[in-house]
Amino acid sequence: MTLRVNDLKVYYQTLRGDVHALDGVSFDLADGEIMGLAGESGCGKTTLGKSLIRLDGRMRHVDGTIELDGKDVPIADDRAMNPFRYHEISLVPQYAMSALNPTRKIGRMIDELLRARGVRPASVAEELRRRLELVGLDPDVLNRFPIELSGGMKQRVVMVMATLLNPSLLIADEATSALDVSTQRSVAESMVEFRDRGYVKSMIFVTHDISLVYQMADTVMVMYAGRIAEKAPASTIINAPRHPYTKMLIGALPEVGTTTEDARLEGIPGTPPGLLNPPTGCRFKDRCPIASEECSEVPPLVEIDPGHWAACWKTGR
Amino acid sequence: MLELSHVHKVYRVGAFGGAKLRAVRDVNLTVKPGEVVSLIGESGSGKSTIGKMVLGLTRISSGSIRFEGADVSRIRGFSAKKEYYRRVQGVFQDPFSSFNPIFKADRVFSMIRSSYFPEMSDADWRDKVLAAIGTVRLDPENVLNKYPHQLSGGQLQRLLIARALLLDIKLLVADEIISMLDASTRIDVLNLLGDLKERGLGILFVTHDLSLGNYVSDRSVILRKGAIAEMGPTRRVFENPLHPYSRHLLSCVPQLHRTWAEVDAELAANPPEDVELPTVADGDDSAPLVEVEKGHFVGIDQN
Repeated sequence: MTLRVNDLKVYYQTLRGDVHALDGVSFDLADGEIMGLAGESGCGKTTLGKSLIRLDGRMRHVDGTIELDGKDVPIADDRAMNPFRYHEISLVPQYAMSALNPTRKIGRMIDELLRARGVRPASVAEELRRRLELVGLDPDVLNRFPIELSGGMKQRVVMVMATLLNPSLLIADEATSALDVSTQRSVAESMVEFRDRGYVKSMIFVTHDISLVYQMADTVMVMYAGRIAEKAPASTIINAPRHPYTKMLIGALPEVGTTTEDARLEGIPGTPPGLLNPPTGCRFKDRCPIASEECSEVPPLVEIDPGHWAACWKTGR
Repeated sequence: MLELSHVHKVYRVGAFGGAKLRAVRDVNLTVKPGEVVSLIGESGSGKSTIGKMVLGLTRISSGSIRFEGADVSRIRGFSAKKEYYRRVQGVFQDPFSSFNPIFKADRVFSMIRSSYFPEMSDADWRDKVLAAIGTVRLDPENVLNKYPHQLSGGQLQRLLIARALLLDIKLLVADEIISMLDASTRIDVLNLLGDLKERGLGILFVTHDLSLGNYVSDRSVILRKGAIAEMGPTRRVFENPLHPYSRHLLSCVPQLHRTWAEVDAELAANPPEDVELPTVADGDDSAPLVEVEKGHFVGIDQN
């Protein structure tokens, strides 16, 4: 088991009180697993990705533990997290453009990053060139400034950079969302390739695009309002979802080939609840077509089939 | 209704404007009433530039844009432009930056009233606003008298469409209007475009997402480097793409029920027939189209 997250609660501190962005999230991530993390904006998927590597000033760790390869990850302690960052847990941010320093050549930037983490650049120089070639980049990019590269090239540079020390866990936060479709495909395929070659042990791929997740992820976890709604193998989530939220979300996605003439798709009425004072019980109950009295109790996340977890009173039996 | 013929747009780039960048190259297309035309392309394909030129936000370099017979690409003067915007309106990508956060969101309606309907009575105006809000399927209780931060992106985007509808418009330019919305609300805005189409509105739908372009549109135009690569009825373009570039694009779209590997295997098993693409001489900046089947055109191959 690479990663085990147990009842994680992370709140944002605001002047009006705590925003319950993550409220009791528990899941496991196996060795070699690519997990897609999907959900609407504000469901806590980015917060979960960030919590695993660095809590910013407004975020407060309230409860829960994280274990990586059997070691406890002290996310509340910023200094104690340092040995984990980059070595064990690494991140590919959404906008590679803003992740690269515009005033440094890429090679120099990578050298500085490695030294800051206590690694001699020469010891990985060979590997760095090999990996750049693997993702289809000329090692000459090391002598260029970020402005000279296209968006897809920058995203690949950041990916190579983030995985250079073979981290156990890679968090990719909307890593391909800003790219064109053809570039998106090649970047997504290189990510899978990196996993296959063992450069990263497992990966959490945060995205709002479920059809992209289906192309590359082994499992998909759907979040809603700070909690997990459903987690299952990717094909199960797409073809046989059980949680009503997942069903409605999949039903709202237009595909290549569907038109308004064939069938009109329906959106999900209503909006997600505010997390400043989250509702009691199931958080989806106000938008759920099959909600009933029992939904005023919080539904537990239970394994309804092997590897298929859902948090809904209606799916447990 | 809207007719673009041989439209070019050349930007001057570089330190002293010496170099030229051809953003739009010899584009011909029409939008009829009650028709949704999708302009699909990757970044840098010129799709947004075409939208901006139709809205008069940027000038065309050569060619003409005609709206209901009149050339609108060279409209000058405040009152002539104002008349044009009574019939043609745009909605853009980011609904949050279209509103001033200091004022309530429905201020966009009163601004329309003060510039276009100053003589209308309060009661008539209120009815008109409520009708427009009803058309975009919003509940007036939930959206009126609210500040922009109290509304969701989908609600704001639909308010902007309602604002455009107050003007009895004939053509709506929708530039990436759903890229910033969540999957669950996206489809509501797309369905709304379908409703408006049935009411006879022409819509120019600019998008980079092929599956969204496909869902709502009657005709699709695939752009590459400013020129039309393929244009035709949406169903034909997606079922039988003729241009190598459109085939490549379609094979890269993440689909919900087929993986990339399956798509590739299928393409390899039944290789599509090649069509002869039109060619142009070096230095010629036109982009001719060839009609392969009825209403289905392919354009030049650019490398």
